[in-house]
Amino acid sequence: MKILVVDDFSTMRRIIKNLLRDLGFTNTEEADDGQTALPMLKTGKFDFLVTDWNMPGMTGIELLQAVRADESLKNLPVLMVTAEAKRDQIVAAAQAGVNGYVVKPFTAAVLKEKIEKIFERID
Amino acid sequence: MDKKPDYGEQEERLSEQASTLMEHVSKGNYAEAMKVISELNETRDRTLYQEVGKLTRSLHEAIRKFEIDIGTAEQREEMSKIADASDRLGYVVDMTNKAANRTMDLVEESMPLAVEIRNEATELKEAWGRLRRREMDPSEFRELYKRIDKFFLELSKNSDTVYGNLSEILLAQDFQDLTGQVIQKVTTLVREVEENLVNLVSMAGKVDRMTGIQHELKAEQEDILKGQGPQIQTEGRSDVVSSQDDVDDLLSSLGF
Repeated sequence: MKILVVDDFSTMRRIIKNLLRDLGFTNTEEADDGQTALPMLKTGKFDFLVTDWNMPGMTGIELLQAVRADESLKNLPVLMVTAEAKRDQIVAAAQAGVNGYVVKPFTAAVLKEKIEKIFERID
Repeated sequence: MDKKPDYGEQEERLSEQASTLMEHVSKGNYAEAMKVISELNETRDRTLYQEVGKLTRSLHEAIRKFEIDIGTAEQREEMSKIADASDRLGYVVDMTNKAANRTMDLVEESMPLAVEIRNEATELKEAWGRLRRREMDPSEFRELYKRIDKFFLELSKNSDTVYGNLSEILLAQDFQDLTGQVIQKVTTLVREVEENLVNLVSMAGKVDRMTGIQHELKAEQEDILKGQGPQIQTEGRSDVVSSQDDVDDLLSSLGF
């Protein structure tokens, strides 16, 4: 299982990578915004995308839209981990085809639960 | 328009003069009326000049207060308070970033030690159980004997390291004090700037009223696709979720 973690803050990427490692996912890579992430996703054979929303360059929601619009990526499971907490935004993410939505600040237990739920549905 | 703005002393004079004018006109006293009209004009002009003057002074005051570059080379060299505030906030980002990374370094160093202790303890517990049930032969026992010795040594060494790391993590939180002070300073500056801007806006409003200028203000549409950052005050707001449970409820109502 290869996972791409996208967040503009390196500390947040590190926290998520650590939590993922505790859950048994050791094969992770990082990107600091959508613009960097998209080409990586297109060539990197990733199985799962964890992304922030608010990033310079290309935001997480734009990345999600780009992923869903791409023939080779459209089925990639995407988990959004973000401080964006407006109902309209969560609805927009759902409409764009997000598989899970975690609001920051979050706990390890919440992250675990959401990831498990996503893979339950896929299996 | 039912809202009556506070026009102050000048406006009082204006209404006085207006009624005098009415009186003269109704009595057919046109020469006097013309005199009042020119007085009216004067009042209007004086008020306008006064307000524009106040506005200009306030602008100068604001510029002086924030030490924004006014043009001379030496002033340009001196940093404005606003630029200084940005630098200070940059310092906060830097400090918190460093503290977070330092803390994570120490946590990442400590976690494998805890795993090591737990794994060895699990194995020793299993061996210890076999010894108590007298299922262990003498050579195995000698092996266990040495292993326990080594485990105790490792245990106290690893505990020391973990303890040291924990107290360093404690120390790494000292940024809160420094960044807190910096943020408080910047907050004070922002409040000052806001107060001054509000004053400027109200003065400019007076000038607008005197001259009858009207501005067309377009309400800016919020783009939800752009990130808004964390919501600070969520209590009592229905457009913002306040917990992960809210998010889950909302998503399940959408069929997730």
